[in-house]
Amino acid sequence: MSTIYILWLRQLKRYLRSKARIVGSLAQPLLFLVAMGFGFGPFFQKAGQGNYMEFLSPGIIAMSILFTAIFTGIDMIWDRQFGFLKETFVAPVPRSYIITGRVLGGATVAAIQGAIVLALTFIFGFRVGNWFLIPATLVIMLVVATLFAALGSAIATQLEDMQGFQLIMNFLVMPMFFFSGALFPLNGLPSILTIVARFDPMTYGVDSLRVLLTSAGGMALSPSIIVLFVLAAGLLWLTTVLFSRMEL
Amino acid sequence: MLFVKNLVKKFGDFTAVDDISFRIEKGEFVAFLGPNGAGKTTSIKMFTTLLHPTSGTIELNGINPVKDTFDARRSFGIVFQDPSLDDELTAYENIEIHAVLYKIPKKDRPGRIKELLNFVELWERRNNLVKTFSGGMKRRLEIARSLMHQPAILFLDEPTSGLDPQTRNHMWEYIQRLNREQQMTVVFTTHYMEEAAKFARKIIIIDHGKKIEEGTPDELIKKAHASTLEDAFLNFTGHDIREETASAADRMRQRRQAWRGK
Ligand SMILES: Nc1ncnc2c1ncn2[C@@H]1O[C@H](COP(=O)(O)OP(=O)(O)OP(=O)(O)O)[C@@H](O)[C@H]1O
Ligand SMILES: [Mg+2]
Repeated sequence: MSTIYILWLRQLKRYLRSKARIVGSLAQPLLFLVAMGFGFGPFFQKAGQGNYMEFLSPGIIAMSILFTAIFTGIDMIWDRQFGFLKETFVAPVPRSYIITGRVLGGATVAAIQGAIVLALTFIFGFRVGNWFLIPATLVIMLVVATLFAALGSAIATQLEDMQGFQLIMNFLVMPMFFFSGALFPLNGLPSILTIVARFDPMTYGVDSLRVLLTSAGGMALSPSIIVLFVLAAGLLWLTTVLFSRMEL
Repeated sequence: MLFVKNLVKKFGDFTAVDDISFRIEKGEFVAFLGPNGAGKTTSIKMFTTLLHPTSGTIELNGINPVKDTFDARRSFGIVFQDPSLDDELTAYENIEIHAVLYKIPKKDRPGRIKELLNFVELWERRNNLVKTFSGGMKRRLEIARSLMHQPAILFLDEPTSGLDPQTRNHMWEYIQRLNREQQMTVVFTTHYMEEAAKFARKIIIIDHGKKIEEGTPDELIKKAHASTLEDAFLNFTGHDIREETASAADRMRQRRQAWRGK
């Protein structure tokens, strides 16, 4: 337990000390909110889809969680190259504790990031549908963060260097974001894209957050949340297996 | 303390460690001497549970590290060839994580950390981020950290590579003191001939994964009918320790170290 805690705390400290990373990772959601929110808002409204900022904000919150959580994998590659991973590998503690601490640490950072972005959306006129759902929203943000922190870590166990991760960003993470319904509604899309969206874990994160924050989701809420929990647990398990087999 | 028998490690078809056997008793100060790619790090990784031997047996402090991994891990301390600190944390925090990982009781931690940081003369810098440290300071911190759980045997994989001569001597003073005052068994690797000759009381020469010779510096020189250890090495292996060409992986690592400014 103390092992998990100290490694969780380490991730948090690293995040809080890296001001550049905090500011940098807020710039992107801000840019999306301004450019897309104000740029497409009028069209969205004219097309009879309602207030675009209201639609977009949960998607951007989910986006910042996705990108920050996936970063947990980059952290791992970093620790492998710069050596800290070895220190934990020779310690008399099970690998499963080490990876759990790492993933939960990365997930907490991502959830905090998501909460900050949520606060930012208020500046752009986003209004929460039901304040009583905020605690549940924060829990779901943590689950989404855990899912992607585990995914990023699982991928990182299989990679030697950053270049590999760059490919993953372009060919996996960006598509996961774009086809998740974060930016546009999924109804009325070509059927191939609807299928892609169904297999995209991000779809369920975006949908859950949208329902909780605006009570206007595309899918029924409970199935999405169940899918999230199952995926997060499954990926955490997979990461633990892969991490335990890792050699340096 | 460390008994090794017919130890072999293969990576695919390539044999990195080839049938090595030796015995190291408690309190000994031993050098693994060999050129780049000789198999020093691979051996240490097997002693320290990071790699499984392909065949052969290891007994460390009466423990089989392959079977009783955690007991073995509590028995040794290690300073890796490459850096292994968290640069974004302070010196104190780095040791503290180690203390938690090794389950040092909370009440014992502050006193012990202070003692160790004083020992390597870093107490004043305890609250500075490690990324602001010089190469020598990082090494000293790694030594202090490796001692936190009071290991019976200390492994040092090229502890002085990349350090200037003065820092290097300083480092050896700490390590010698540990060996002398606490009878700690010390095993280090090096490809600096002078270092092995000056500090080790026993030298194990390895080349191409094989143990070539073993003995005190004087014994080795006598046995090779040489006048210096350098000549002895040449006579035993048929080549100079420095002429060996590094493998691609080793060159990569050296470049990475150079790039990091170490
Ligand atoms: N994981 C690995 N896979 C394949 N080959 C490896 C692996 N690790 C080491 N080797 C090879 O095994 C040989 C021994 O490597 P090792 O790192 O043990 O040498 P070393 O004696 O520590 O050298 P140096 O002085 O450069 O540190 C080298 O040829 C190296 O390329
Ligand atoms: Mg080596």
